[in-house]
Amino acid sequence: MKILSIESSCDETAVAIVEDGRKILTNQIYTQIEIHKAYGGVVPEIASRNHVMKMPYIIEDALKDANLTWQEIDAIAVTKGPGLVGALLIGVSQAKAMAYALNKPLIGVNHMHGHICANFLQHPDLEPPFLTLVVSGGHSHLVMVEDYQTFKVLGKTRDDAAGEAYDKISRVLGLGYPGGPAIDKAAKTGNKEAIAFPRIMLEKDSFDFSFSGLKSSVLNYLNGKKMKKEPIVVEDVAASFQAAVIDVLVAKTIHCAQTVHAPKICIAGGVSANSQLREQLTKAAKAIDCPVYYPDPVLCTDNAAMIGSSAYYNSQAHEYSDLYLNANPGLKIGDLA
Amino acid sequence: MKLLMIDTSSIVATAAVLEENKLMCETIVNYKKKHSEKMMPAIDHMLNDAGLTIQEMDAFGIVVGPGSFTGIRIGLATVKGLAQALNKPVVAVNALEGLAYNLPYTKGLIYPVLDAQRNEGYTAGFTFENGKMQTIMEAAVLPIDEMIAQLKASQAEAIYLLGDGADRFYEAMAAEGLPIKRVKAHLAMNRASSSGQLAMERLLAGKTTDFYQVEPLYLRKSYAEEHKKNG
Repeated sequence: MKILSIESSCDETAVAIVEDGRKILTNQIYTQIEIHKAYGGVVPEIASRNHVMKMPYIIEDALKDANLTWQEIDAIAVTKGPGLVGALLIGVSQAKAMAYALNKPLIGVNHMHGHICANFLQHPDLEPPFLTLVVSGGHSHLVMVEDYQTFKVLGKTRDDAAGEAYDKISRVLGLGYPGGPAIDKAAKTGNKEAIAFPRIMLEKDSFDFSFSGLKSSVLNYLNGKKMKKEPIVVEDVAASFQAAVIDVLVAKTIHCAQTVHAPKICIAGGVSANSQLREQLTKAAKAIDCPVYYPDPVLCTDNAAMIGSSAYYNSQAHEYSDLYLNANPGLKIGDLA
Repeated sequence: MKLLMIDTSSIVATAAVLEENKLMCETIVNYKKKHSEKMMPAIDHMLNDAGLTIQEMDAFGIVVGPGSFTGIRIGLATVKGLAQALNKPVVAVNALEGLAYNLPYTKGLIYPVLDAQRNEGYTAGFTFENGKMQTIMEAAVLPIDEMIAQLKASQAEAIYLLGDGADRFYEAMAAEGLPIKRVKAHLAMNRASSSGQLAMERLLAGKTTDFYQVEPLYLRKSYAEEHKKNG
């Protein structure tokens, strides 16, 4: 089964064709990142304006790259949420129209389930059940994937997502947007023990996260230095901040995996491309004899291939959408409809 | 030649199919916006009732704005999807021209105004001469005092005000002693049969575009671009 999938939830206009949920036939991504950099973050209206003009080109590129015709496509899939509502509506409107005109099944996909399914594309033999640490601009969640359609949230952030904290700290350090790769890069040459930022663990039996306290602590440190007119070593701040984030993510994930007896751990979402997170989690999991899986960086960031994979498992469970399909910007992990 | 016209640029969700000199079917919902959810099923019902299929359309018409930015894009992405899947041409009509086509044979100035928020309106001015529409004032986004200045300068003997901004600006225009006439409700709103008529004339004249090129007519930059700090 070949599914053409569309993703437009934020600032990537992406189209892919995936076979049977596992094999990528093409994965086209047009990123608007350079356009939004000038504003220090994604501007929703500008993202929507670019999506609507770019989408037909990316669709055509995908068909050409996979050397396929419309007749050979079995279904059309699209991200229905979560994300920026105006941006989601471009993909949803275009996908509905194409499915209708071509008389093909339409499959609405939860973007966050897509991120988790990116692991199925990377690791053809990976099967549920497994525990997933989902970390992105809007999410820091621990999710038990019981089977292809059952996603149970065991813990989540009570305030800022990890990615949000990265973006904020990156901005004040003058490292630019997006914050994840910028801080990861600066941290490589910094001393992560230079500043002792707090590791906020919350209650002992909780798998929830909190990053707003860490964010404030970094901002207070920087303000204090500025007041005393002392120099700031950007690399050391980046490394110390990142170490505090990752220590918490890793400790919580391992504790959760042990508690629920997870046989495997996956990482998913934009922040899962972070090199330090991958290294440390893999090392810590080895100690409890639990393998760790994560996708290549291109499949960690927003892409349509992961939507095509998730859509395949929706289709196997007969979860199709009709022409009333709408964007749902507040869709939660675990929500299929 | 059959043309499916779609307009989701205002609170009205409307679609119609035209065949040369015939209006085959039309759907209008002028109550509560939920265009992204309901436009596609409404088109499907309309085509089914008329015994038509989407595949037999020869072209797709779209109202490209001005109007609600999101509304414009819902219709545009829909038409791009239909035209791309079926490899058919696209015809663009602007919403103000579409509104003027509600009132052919009118003597005087036709002045559609769409609510542009922030006390401004998207406007243009048209007349009909021997059944042919003339654009007297180009589409623009204007505050009320500039609309009034423009209308005074036109020295029109009758001004027909229509569009979803008519309510908001009528009093101010009338207070200036302008010869304003409010168009009755059923002819004051976006209708796919009217914009579709204009689109059909363009299709027959070969004035088409394609699913890549067809673009929104916003008439206004995004808020972020307007307020961007220099440097």
